[in-house]
Parts: sequence; C-alpha cells; structure tokens
Amino acid sequence: MEDIFEFIKKIEFEIDEIDEGMLQPETNYREMEGWSSMLGLIFIALIDTEYDVTINGEELINCATIQDLYDVVKAKKQ
Amino acid sequence: MGLTTIPNISIKAIAACVPKKEESNFDYSLLTESEQKLLVKTTGIEKRRVASESLCTSDMCFESAEKIIEELNINRAEIDVLILVSQTIDYFLPATSIILQDRLKLSKNTVAFDIVLGCSGYVYGLSVISSLMSSGNFKKGLLLVGDKSTFSLSKEDKSTYPLFGDAGTATYLEYDPEAIPIDFNLQSDGSGYDAIIIPDGATRSPWTPESDEMIDLGVGIKRSKRNLWLDGIEVFNFSLREAPPNVKELLSYNNTDIEDYDYYLFHQANKLMNESIRKKLKITPEKVPYSLQNFGNTSSGSIPLTMVTELGDKLGKPTNLLLSAFGVGLSWASAAIKNAEIKCLPLIEVD
Repeated sequence: MEDIFEFIKKIEFEIDEIDEGMLQPETNYREMEGWSSMLGLIFIALIDTEYDVTINGEELINCATIQDLYDVVKAKKQ
Repeated sequence: MGLTTIPNISIKAIAACVPKKEESNFDYSLLTESEQKLLVKTTGIEKRRVASESLCTSDMCFESAEKIIEELNINRAEIDVLILVSQTIDYFLPATSIILQDRLKLSKNTVAFDIVLGCSGYVYGLSVISSLMSSGNFKKGLLLVGDKSTFSLSKEDKSTYPLFGDAGTATYLEYDPEAIPIDFNLQSDGSGYDAIIIPDGATRSPWTPESDEMIDLGVGIKRSKRNLWLDGIEVFNFSLREAPPNVKELLSYNNTDIEDYDYYLFHQANKLMNESIRKKLKITPEKVPYSLQNFGNTSSGSIPLTMVTELGDKLGKPTNLLLSAFGVGLSWASAAIKNAEIKCLPLIEVD
C-alpha cells in the first residue's frame, strides 16, 4: 500500500471540506472543526472506493489520528 | 443462496402517490448552515414529502391503485391478489391489505395479506406476488408498497429526521406466458436487526410510559423508544458490503453482464452510499436514476417512486431493469427484469 502522505493527499483531494495541508499523520480528525458523522461516512466511502477496505463504526471511533486510520486500512489491506 | 427464477409475469403499470406537503433540509433548524450543506451533499436529500396526521400509507397506496384501475380500465372483479408491503400499517390487526380489498371494491375471492418489510420490500414483494401468480391460477394482481416513515421520526433527531419522506405506490401485474422470466436474489441477516429499529411498542418490548420519554444523546439526537433509531454507519457499511456481491451473483446466475441493463434502480437511502455501490459495480452514472433529492428515503416505496418520477415514459418501450434494495432487517434483494414494458402514471399528490 502507498505511504501515509499519499493517503492524506487523497483525503484532502477528494473531500471538499478538508483543504490541502490541513491533515498531518498526528491530526486527530475527530477533533477537527466541522467533524461530524456525515464526514465519517465520506471517509468510509472514500476508503472503500479507493482501497476496497470497509471501516466499521467501531474502528472509526477507536481511531484518533490519521496515522491510526491509515494503520487500520493498511492492516486490512494485507 | 436466495436465487430464483419466476416465469410468466408481466409488470404492466406503476403509480405512486406522495403528500403535497414538502419540507426542505435547508429549513431544518437543528443543523447549522454548513451542516445542512454537508448533509445535502452527502445524502443527496434536499427535500422530503411529509404526510399529515390523517394521511396513512394505505391512503397513498389506495390512490395509486385507483389510478391504475381507472387508467387501464381494469375490471375490479378480475383482480385475484392484493399484497401490501409496509411497516406502517393502519392497525396492529387486521391486515391493512384486507381493508384495502374492500376500499378498492375488489372481489371476496381476492387473496389479500401484508408483508412487513422496509427498504428491501419492493423487490421481496415482487418475488412473492410473482410466485403466487406464476402458475396461472391468479391472473391479475396488485402489489401495494410504501411507508409513512415520518410517523415514527423524532423531529429532534438530526440523524434521522432529515432523511425520510412518505410515499405509497401500486404496481399492477398480469399472468403472461410470453413474458421473460424474472430472476431474483433474496437475502437476510437478522444479526443486524437493531441497526434500524423502533425499540418499544410491540410485544418484545411493550409500551410503558417510559417508552415515550425523550432520551438526549447530546449530539443533536433526542429520541424516545417509540421513535426510529438508525445506526447510519453500520447500515452504510452493510450496504456497501452486501449490495454489490448480491447483484453480481444475480448476474452470474442469469448469465448477463452489467452492460445488459438499461437502468439500475437502487433503493434510495443515501446518494454517497449508492454512488459507492455504483462505482463498485462499474455502472455508468446515466443508468442510475435518483429521486431522493426531491423525496428523501421513501422506504419500500423508493424504487417504484423513482420509476415514476425519473424514468416515466422511458419504461414504455422494452427496457432491461436491474433492481437492488437493501436496509432494515437487515434484508436485501435484487431482481433482473428483462424486456420490461411498464406504463408509469404521472405522480399523484394528496393533502
């Protein structure tokens, strides 16, 4: 799987509400301004379409940072 | 696997009825302006129709059925089967379909019963009525499908209230030995029964005064145990996980390809979800019509409503249709209808 910076680039590119440079590996995305369950759905759909990996609600809640989320996707991809 | 083929059935006509009263999600004050925009962008749902207190699912289905009977000049005495698919019936008992048999002035020889399903209900209902009629003993049938979902919504629950609208539809079918058989793939998973649920009020958890107490989850969700509870993320994941393989299985079962179908009619719950399913199945966007922007999630009525409002005339000439519906239960199903020639009547609106 591609590295975390490619992963971030994809999220920033695909999700209009998130601008380029807003996310770092250590960013706690659920504490971001404007975070909602709606953005959660957008994350899930994006990850599903791009990586063919399904993130469930529990995993999304257990992840704090973008790095955590990337690790879950990577682990599921293998 | 729930794969089956049912011959000798021709879907002749569809009508749909919605309440006149319209609400816009841009007027839903529990959401900030940016939340409203994000909701509309993500779910695709901008407007919804909301039934008045006195308007029931059965009333909307009745109007739709009456319209078909009048327009096609059907002899009421010849209708052998009447099935209602709904989760918002008139009474706990008797079955609402039986009341409708009388209201529609159908014969006492009519086979009438209800099926309790939501999102997947149209496809399931089609499979049941088609099975009954396939042998030719019953030659004409009405499948009434719809819900007054707003009945159980908490206006103070931003995770459900902006999503649902009301609708009642009717589909008229005939026994036809010339018809191309319809293929179905029907599935169920009750382990997810609580992903969409109205917890209290029936026999497992009867009504008590506590059932009506509002529970404040503090995140814009205030609801009672008589309201509809929706675990959006779980349902979203379920649909992405199960709908595409269900459709693929059906296509491999009947030896057809994605390209063989003119339109894919998905249950209208959430645009982002349906678009993800569409991409997974590699279907081109113009083959996937949407009605949810104007009507919201209309439960089991969503597929026939979309046919009426979005495809209308296009279904009058031979068309290959693939239907796929998924949700509450959890229950999901698809149907391949080849050479469909369906008269879609103009949308009916009532007070």
